[in-house]
Amino acid sequence: MACYLTTGKHMSIYWSVLTVLSLLAITAPTALAFGFAGASAARSRIAPLSWLGRGYVAIVRGVPDIAFFLFFVIALDQMIEWSRHKILCPEWTDPIRQGNDFIVCSAAKMPLGTAPQWVHEAYGFSIAIFTFAIVFGAFAANVLFGAMRAVPRAQLETAESYGMSPRQTFWRVLVPQMWVYALPGLSNLWMVLIKATPLLFLLGIEDIVYWARELGGLKTSRFTDYPHGDWRMQYFLALLVFYLIFTRLSEIVLARLMTRLTRGQATTAGEAQRKAA
Amino acid sequence: MSCTQTIMDYGLRAIGYGERLLPRDDFTLCQQFTLIGSGMIWNVYFGVLALLTGFLFATLLAVGKASSSPWIRKPAEWFIFLFRGSPLFIQFFFGYFLFLELKQVFPIFAPFTAAWLGALVVLFLNTAAYSAEIFYGALQSIPKGDVEAADAYGLSGWPRFKNVIWPTMLRLAWPAYTNEAIFLFHATTLVFFSGFPAWQQRGDALYYASYFADKTFNPFIPYPILAGYFILLTLIIVGIFGLINRRLNRHLPSNTRQKTKIRLNLIR
Repeated sequence: MACYLTTGKHMSIYWSVLTVLSLLAITAPTALAFGFAGASAARSRIAPLSWLGRGYVAIVRGVPDIAFFLFFVIALDQMIEWSRHKILCPEWTDPIRQGNDFIVCSAAKMPLGTAPQWVHEAYGFSIAIFTFAIVFGAFAANVLFGAMRAVPRAQLETAESYGMSPRQTFWRVLVPQMWVYALPGLSNLWMVLIKATPLLFLLGIEDIVYWARELGGLKTSRFTDYPHGDWRMQYFLALLVFYLIFTRLSEIVLARLMTRLTRGQATTAGEAQRKAA
Repeated sequence: MSCTQTIMDYGLRAIGYGERLLPRDDFTLCQQFTLIGSGMIWNVYFGVLALLTGFLFATLLAVGKASSSPWIRKPAEWFIFLFRGSPLFIQFFFGYFLFLELKQVFPIFAPFTAAWLGALVVLFLNTAAYSAEIFYGALQSIPKGDVEAADAYGLSGWPRFKNVIWPTMLRLAWPAYTNEAIFLFHATTLVFFSGFPAWQQRGDALYYASYFADKTFNPFIPYPILAGYFILLTLIIVGIFGLINRRLNRHLPSNTRQKTKIRLNLIR
C-alpha cells in the first residue's frame, strides 16, 4: 500500500494539491486587489469611474459562476491572441473569424506553437488564475463597497473637521476601519473560493479532480504493477475529507483573526472586548 | 430552415423529443436560443424538485440542530457541516461514483446513476443542509416574547410549533432563503459537468452553451444567451418568493415589513 501511494504517477496528485494551494495563495490577494479597486472606483466622485466600478460589481449577479469561468477562459485567450495578431502581423488581411474558426497568424499564437510543454501549462494556469481573480474580485468589490459604507459617518466627518483631504480621509480613516466590517463577508468569500477550486478542472487544469479520476479508474495488470478495480469513489471520498478539513481549519483561523481585528473598534464586539479586559 | 421549424425540432430536445442529431455546422442564432432554452427545462426541473423536497428536510434538520438532546443535535450538525463544508462539485462526483458502486451490489440503484435521479438526490441533500443553516439561524432569533405568549396561551409541543414557531421562523428566514433558492438554480448548471453523463446529448442549458462555444470557438454568443435565460429565471424566482413573502407578512403593517435584499452568496 505504501509503495502504491508513492509511485511516480501517484506523486502527481500530491503535486496537484500544491497547484490548488498555490492557486488559492495567488488568487486571494489578486482578487482582493481587484475588489479594492472596484470598490474604490464605485465610491469615486467621478461619474464614469463610479459607473465602471458599479457595473463591474453588478455584472456578476444573476448568472451562474461556472458560465463565467467557461466564458472568460476562451474570451481572455482570444483577446490576447487578437491583440497580438493586430500588433505582430499588420500585413495579414484575412478576417480572423472565418465561419467557425478563429484564425490568427502563427506568430501571434499564445503560447507559441514551438514553446515547450511547461509554458503551455503555465499559460493555462495563469489564464485560470486571472479568471478566478476577475470573478472573485467582483464579489470582493461588493463586500468591500458595503464595508466602506458601514464605517460610521461620524468618523469621516471628524477626519474632515481636522482638515484632512478626501485622499487622507480615505487612506488614514476609512481603510483601516473598514476591515472589521469587511471580514465576515471576506471570510465567507474565502470559504467560497476554497470550494470553487475544483472548478479548475473545468478550465482544463490537471488538478486534484483530474488526478482523482485518472488514478481511481480501473487499472489492469497490463498497464501497472498495482492493478486495482474502480476506486474513484474512494479517491473522491479522500477529496471530500480534504476539503472538509481545509474549510474547518480556515473557519478556526478566521474566527481568531476576527477577535484580533475587533480589538479597539467602535463596534459592539469591540466594546464587549474592552469591558471584558 | 425557418425559426419556427427549428423550435419544432429542438424545443424539447433536452428531454428527448424532436430531432435526434444536434446541429453540426452553420449554427444560426435561432438554433442557439432554442437549444439553450430547451436545456433550461433541466435546470428548472432540478431546481424546483430539490427546493421542494429540500425545504421539508431542512425544516427537520433545523429543528434537530436546535434540539437540546445531543443524540438529535449532533447528527444534524454533522450533516450540515458535511454538505456546507465541501464543494458541491466534489459531492456530485462522489455521489455519482458511490451510486456506480452500489449499482453493482444492488441493481435497484441503477436509476441513481442517471442524472435525473442521482444528481437530484445530491442537490436535495445539499440544499437541505444550506437551508437548514438558514432556518436554524432564524429559529435562534425568534423573539422571546412570541414563545412566551404561546406558552401563556397554553400552547405547547406540536400546536406551538405549527402555529407560532414555524411561521415566525419562515418569516425571518425568507429573505435569506430566497437567495438560497437563486443559487440553487445556478448550482444546477454543474450537474452535467460532474460525472453524470448527458445521455443522448440531453443536457442542461450550460451543456448546450458550452457545446456551441466549443463548436464555433466563439463564446460571445452562447454564454450571453445563457446569461439572459438565467437572469430571466432569477427574476421569476424573486417574483414568486416575493409573493410568498407578502403572504407570510400579511398581518404586519406595510412599513415594518422586511424587504428581500438580493445578496450574492456565490458558488457552493
